[in-house]
Amino acid sequence: MFDVLMYLKVFLIGGFICMLGQVLVITTQMTSARILVTFLIMGVFLEVVGAFEPLKQFAGSGVTVPIMGFGYSLAKGAIEGGKTNGLLGVLTGGLTETAGGIAVAVTMAFLMALLFSSKTKK
Amino acid sequence: MRKIGKQTIVFEHKPGVLSSYSIVGPKEGKGNFAKFFHQILSDDLFGQDSYEKAERKMFLSAVLESLKEAKLQTTDVDVLIGGDLMNQIISSNFMARELQAPFLGVFGACSTMVESLIVGASLIDGNGFKNAVCVTGSHFSTAEKQFRYPLELGTQRPPTSQWTVTGAGATILSNKKCDVKITRATIGKVVDWNVCDVNNMGGAMAPAALETLYTFFEDTKTKPNDYDLILTGDLGKLGSEILRDLMEYRGYKLESNYGDCGQMMFSNDQKVFQGGSGCGCVASILSSYVIKRLKEGSLKKVLVVATGALMSTISSQQGDSIPCIAHLIELEGKNV
Amino acid sequence: MESFERDKRYNEYLKSKIPKTKPWPTLFNAFVVGGIICLLGEVIKDLLMLIPNMESSVASVWESVILIVIASILTGFGIYDKIGAFAGAGSIVPITGFSNSITSPALEFKREGMIFGLCANMFKIAGPVIVCGVIASIVAGLIFLIF
Repeated sequence: MFDVLMYLKVFLIGGFICMLGQVLVITTQMTSARILVTFLIMGVFLEVVGAFEPLKQFAGSGVTVPIMGFGYSLAKGAIEGGKTNGLLGVLTGGLTETAGGIAVAVTMAFLMALLFSSKTKK
Repeated sequence: MRKIGKQTIVFEHKPGVLSSYSIVGPKEGKGNFAKFFHQILSDDLFGQDSYEKAERKMFLSAVLESLKEAKLQTTDVDVLIGGDLMNQIISSNFMARELQAPFLGVFGACSTMVESLIVGASLIDGNGFKNAVCVTGSHFSTAEKQFRYPLELGTQRPPTSQWTVTGAGATILSNKKCDVKITRATIGKVVDWNVCDVNNMGGAMAPAALETLYTFFEDTKTKPNDYDLILTGDLGKLGSEILRDLMEYRGYKLESNYGDCGQMMFSNDQKVFQGGSGCGCVASILSSYVIKRLKEGSLKKVLVVATGALMSTISSQQGDSIPCIAHLIELEGKNV
Repeated sequence: MESFERDKRYNEYLKSKIPKTKPWPTLFNAFVVGGIICLLGEVIKDLLMLIPNMESSVASVWESVILIVIASILTGFGIYDKIGAFAGAGSIVPITGFSNSITSPALEFKREGMIFGLCANMFKIAGPVIVCGVIASIVAGLIFLIF
């Protein structure tokens, strides 16, 4: 269950993907939104060419925790939805698959905003 | 008042500085000018419920305190001149609403302090105005919100970035004889050398400072060494180095009497990369350090060149380069 | 024409003047923090799998949900932006960065009111992620549907 070798792979692959993001930051001065979109599209692309599943088998959370994993879920949902429900499945599949994440992110943001305010930086 | 050369005004009656007051935030209060500021806030919310309201209150306090020092009532104010970085210069407008004095709102981004002093000095110099209150300032948290990202977003600042100063400065000009006088000024042109990087304001604004400073020296036949201090407003470390290079290229070498407000505002361990920026940077240093030193006579002749970047987030997103401006005033201290 | 040449020369000069920061420390920070966040996710998932009858796919969803909640709370307490200043992309790329990019504008704009402030600005930064993600997923689904 608690597989040390797996943890090592998760850490190394996950760290490597984030480091790629930092390479983008340094070389292109990309900002948060652009980085998130770039990695998200990368996840969709990897799923379309069939490379994401093997990566996921290999590194688990190392590839699913980075926002690529979100792209992968969206693409997977749309593709599987298409297989079972046709065009309607393509339209609904992606968001159905990721609905949990989006809903909790929105709810938490709302709650936090009720409780806290932005603090100034030192 | 008369015009000499291409862009320079000579104030023949030498409008004086009656009083001045500066307020800064806690971070600035730990910087290099800590002992010169009149008031250092312990909390940059200043008892208000938003940073925008805190910025207004800084403006209002700076004006009221400088009026107190000059022994003037708000009803004595002939003209109040102010500007800031917020859209529609709301900080100045709302401050003026409280004061109920005749008000001119000006905008020159970070050059606003000097712009308002030029307008104030021009109205006083032989034109019958007895006094003019000039005030500008900025707030880190309001500027971040308007120009960059939410405060709590986890991003890194690029190495060329500057830190918006939380601070305000008010200076009262008068037609009376004072120790500190405004003697000449140069109104800058908008200069744009096609720099698009909004994270490198110093680099974008240095050419504007160059053009104004160069024009002043040409118009008045003076040299950098005629001054005890030449102070540019918030070019930052990188920008001030660039200005040195550019001025030398044009045949005026800036020596150790040259400094930049942005570069000098914070101490080296305060992690602000290129230094301070924002209207409040030059306003607070001018209203504290510069005027105090001129009053006591340890500085005699000073040039202040405030630079401003005149873009908006929309113009930048549409790919426009950054138009910049620099205005200059010449200040004289005691017994010159 | 003359000024065009000058601007070009100036921009080249400017590029040469920009301080060169060593990339290795920031790359290392991004690597370590990014790796730790992924590792945390994996540990959360393994713990969830201890629950009887837990399916792997359900545990994955819970893993994301828990990471999003943690990041949102850290944003509320003003800690996430400090992690971000240290780690750069290391805390932007993981799903926690997505959560931070939704919570931070919500906090920032709450003073402009519930609807036009908090709610309207919530997706100021993360909006493009949802838009691009949805469109890309539909394109992906269509590719598989047609071929």
